[in-house]
Amino acid sequence: MKSLFSGSLIPISTVLLFIFSIWYVGTVLLNSPFQKDVYKRKGVENYSYSQLVKDTMSQKRPVLPPPHQVMVELWNSTVNKKITSKRSLVYHAGITLSSTLLGFVIGSLLGIILAVAIVYSRTCDMTLMPWIITSQTIPILAIAPMIIVVLSALGIQGLLPKAFISTYLSFFPVTISMVKGLRSPETIELDMMKTWNANGLQTLLRLRLPSSIPFLFAGMKIGIAAALVGAIIGELPTGAVSGLGARMLQGSYYGQMVQIWSALIFASFIAAFLVTMIDVIRLSTLKRFGQLN
Amino acid sequence: MLSNFLKNYYFYLFSLLPSLISLFFEGSFYGFLLLLSFLLISVFSRSVLSIICGGIILHVFVYFSLTSIYASNISAGLWFQVFASWISAIIFVSRLAFIKPKNEFLQKLMILIVPFFFGLWVILLWEIICVGLNVPVLLLPAPSLIGVQISNSLDILYADFYQTVVKAVIPGYIYGCGSAFILSIIIDRSPFLQRGLLPIGNLVSVMPIVGIAPIMVMWFGFDWQSKAAVVTIMTFFPMLVNTVAGLKIANHIDHDVMSTWGSSYWQSLLKMRLPKALPLIFNGLKINTTLALIGAIVAEFFGTPIVGMGFRISVEAQRMSFDLVWAEITMAAIVGSTLYGLLALLERYLTFWHPSFHNR
Repeated sequence: MKSLFSGSLIPISTVLLFIFSIWYVGTVLLNSPFQKDVYKRKGVENYSYSQLVKDTMSQKRPVLPPPHQVMVELWNSTVNKKITSKRSLVYHAGITLSSTLLGFVIGSLLGIILAVAIVYSRTCDMTLMPWIITSQTIPILAIAPMIIVVLSALGIQGLLPKAFISTYLSFFPVTISMVKGLRSPETIELDMMKTWNANGLQTLLRLRLPSSIPFLFAGMKIGIAAALVGAIIGELPTGAVSGLGARMLQGSYYGQMVQIWSALIFASFIAAFLVTMIDVIRLSTLKRFGQLN
Repeated sequence: MLSNFLKNYYFYLFSLLPSLISLFFEGSFYGFLLLLSFLLISVFSRSVLSIICGGIILHVFVYFSLTSIYASNISAGLWFQVFASWISAIIFVSRLAFIKPKNEFLQKLMILIVPFFFGLWVILLWEIICVGLNVPVLLLPAPSLIGVQISNSLDILYADFYQTVVKAVIPGYIYGCGSAFILSIIIDRSPFLQRGLLPIGNLVSVMPIVGIAPIMVMWFGFDWQSKAAVVTIMTFFPMLVNTVAGLKIANHIDHDVMSTWGSSYWQSLLKMRLPKALPLIFNGLKINTTLALIGAIVAEFFGTPIVGMGFRISVEAQRMSFDLVWAEITMAAIVGSTLYGLLALLERYLTFWHPSFHNR
């Protein structure tokens, strides 16, 4: 019994329970003004409180949909629809996911190349590093609509513009943690490479890159979450065609709260899934490197 | 001897060759002389004075080539010279990066000067290419055009700044960071809550929370309240996770020292644990500056009164007046960097004792 309390299962479920009960209370509070309005128009004078609560849980266009309504919508739009259907969340998620992954791969490669340049050249360190940090203080997501409009005016549409935004957001954490990782070998190890007459490339491949692996994965974990956000925001200005961001925009145009919430929660599942995948790859890689027992 | 020379100075050849070639394509002879003298000075002298002289020569060259471009006096040779000058600029900046002044103030100045010149040359190249090749404004307006637009529409920019930053970002940032700070001090006392909230907090901070923007716009209306709400939620979790992690930094020895001095919980919190947590708290605050701006601007895409940075960007982008969009972006960049810079300065002032500021 004590081990149950010292673990994190019970605390997490307590907090989740708390969140869900707040959610339900919020549903009743936020939805009841509209429901009372409905009663008034229908001429229902003496409705019971339990009737009110029951009706706020099953409105068609609630201000705050209760969790079970969102879950039903999630189930309907994933399992009950064909994947190719435009109403299937899986279809939209696939589109978002493809630009997320493309942007993430480009961003990670760019991040690694930049980090190598920064570690090996003092000029790059002094000139690039401050600008890389500054680049992230610019709200790129604000520029997203313009990038997409400009690129579509040039005839580039579809994946690449969205992937560009994902790249911009995901290269930064990878660069920063890679620089840290490439610099993590101690002087004694670098001296060892020198006594073996290793050149720059050999030191990079045999010492610096292997010891930077844990840092790389730490950066990629943040990077892939950022890439997903970038892809979702990148879909907003395309005029709500496809993708999870487009689902949210459509939902906001037509007042479909349930649709927004289900897209949001599905996106969160994807984020959690992507981060977990990176973690799985990290663990198996570290095992192969013998850095994990 | 020769191979050794080539190995050390191959970069100089990349600059010398195009400037020689430029002479065969109606490149200006004076431009060639300027570039040549820069290269000669750089090869034969390693003193600081020579670096400064080289820099002056290089910028005189840029001045003359810009004037000839504005006069649309463009030849193929000019482009060879521009290429050569860009390579020369790399040489100049890398020579600058190797100056290590003994004076501490000058050292700090160098940390600013080297990236400044890099940024300057990116903007110069941008200007030269945009004006010289007649790049359409739709694709990329020249920096000078953006500058003119900024000075022409200061009132619009100020109204947007006031609506987005002063009304939405700053209150939301304060609510979000402040409530997360208070909550993390509360849950710090209860290990049960920590074990329950931290995994969820970590999960939420990787979620695409920006997606909450349309919901908030529907709840709180089109004006600044909904944007402030988005900013509050977006900044809450990074701050919570960082502050709780920061409060854990103090180890047993620190706690033992405080208890031998007979300090109460609050004394130990204020005098020892919070100062120790400051680096991580500032980490959260710094991450949040960008998140706050993004949150407010993205929330404006979902509905807004006809003012605000996000509104202006999305509307003017659709009306294809990209110089105004770029003016907004410049302002967003300046605001973001300024907020970040102010926090970084405050951090240095408050956490001067931290080892990361000593080993520079």
